[in-house]
Amino acid sequence: MGYLDFSGTFARGDLFVHGVMLTLTLSIAALVLGMCVGIVGALMRLSSSKVLSSIAAAYVELIRNTPFLVQIYIVYFGLPSVGIRISEMTAAILSLTLYAGAYITEIVRAGIQTIGEGQREAARTLGMSPYLTFRYVVLLPAISAIFPALTSQFILIMLASSVVSVISVPELTGVANDVQGLTFRSLEAYLVVAVIYLALTAAFKGAFALIDRALFSFRYAGR
Amino acid sequence: MFQTFGINHVGFLLQCATWTVVLSIIALAGGAIGGAIIALMRLSRLAWLRWIAQAYIYVIQGTPLLVTLFIAYFGVTNLGYDLPAIYAAGIGFTLYSSAFLGEIWRGSIQSISKGQWEAAFALALGWRHTMLDVIVPQALRVAIPPTVGFSVQVVKNTALASIVGFVELTRAGQIVSSATFQPLQVYLTVAAIYFVICSTLSYASRRLERRLRQTAN
Repeated sequence: MGYLDFSGTFARGDLFVHGVMLTLTLSIAALVLGMCVGIVGALMRLSSSKVLSSIAAAYVELIRNTPFLVQIYIVYFGLPSVGIRISEMTAAILSLTLYAGAYITEIVRAGIQTIGEGQREAARTLGMSPYLTFRYVVLLPAISAIFPALTSQFILIMLASSVVSVISVPELTGVANDVQGLTFRSLEAYLVVAVIYLALTAAFKGAFALIDRALFSFRYAGR
Repeated sequence: MFQTFGINHVGFLLQCATWTVVLSIIALAGGAIGGAIIALMRLSRLAWLRWIAQAYIYVIQGTPLLVTLFIAYFGVTNLGYDLPAIYAAGIGFTLYSSAFLGEIWRGSIQSISKGQWEAAFALALGWRHTMLDVIVPQALRVAIPPTVGFSVQVVKNTALASIVGFVELTRAGQIVSSATFQPLQVYLTVAAIYFVICSTLSYASRRLERRLRQTAN
């Protein structure tokens, strides 16, 4: 008891590489599709139509107040029972997108709300063309306002994607499930994937910080 | 051969939902103790204590909760103990919520202006009295809404305990689903029960935030 033996786990290194690739694929797909859902959701949420706004609000509340695991079960086991057959991968991407979309809706909504009408008027008064106003006064500050929230949301999506292993999608955690079945060294397999997740998180955090500095240098001006 | 999903099953689900609540309370109680320690370490004058707490938070926030749970579960087994699943789940969730509550509470304590510390020290209060009688009562107002908000995350995430074999609401849903073969109805019911618990807490968190902000002005 109490000893660790990583030899069998390390011997399956190629499986872990595949797992990382699939985790990244799922996370990026969920982010991109979630962005589409989120932008539509935010526009609906802020629209003057009461119906559209309440649909978006209900979607956000439903997703944010139920466990992601149960959402996966509803998509993967529930949909086929009403005749919609989907593969594990489709179910994984669909549930991750619905999940990410709700959070991104709130992020984008907050981003749009940061741009006051007065800002745009001030820019126009100073003689900036509509294009320059849109580019430097509306778009850039809006993106810069949501960028930090969006990047931490990406990391949360990546960590949440581990849950799709329950419907046997062989992403990183799914690989650990498989490897422990081969080696019978369960703790070792999960310790290895924990370290890999940590490395991925650290790498993305670092990369996002660099991108933030490069894209939004105006925020750091004068510091 | 299959049962039809009915009122008895809903009763069973509700019964198991109490285990979701129990596990959430264990997680929050354990996390409260761990979180207080982490927050104090983060605020310590000793660099190495701050560093350890920071590393701990980084590790917990940088790995999926599911993996943390597996490590807690198989870690306990690896050490030669054969404990019921609730222990492993309890340990895993305590580790998890300690990190998040620690960060929330550190932020709340740091939001209290430095003048309060200086005033208390000027009145010859010791560190302990300053902390307990001056800082914490004020920090509590700041800390309550995000703490209640975090409890929503905890309730939702206890669903993951079903994967390490703990019978709570989601696991009960799986059991009922395989008995009735009506997964859509079952999991929608499960989701509805979670929704009632979580949206009540979310609502409470938002209300508290508004109330405490009003009284602060």
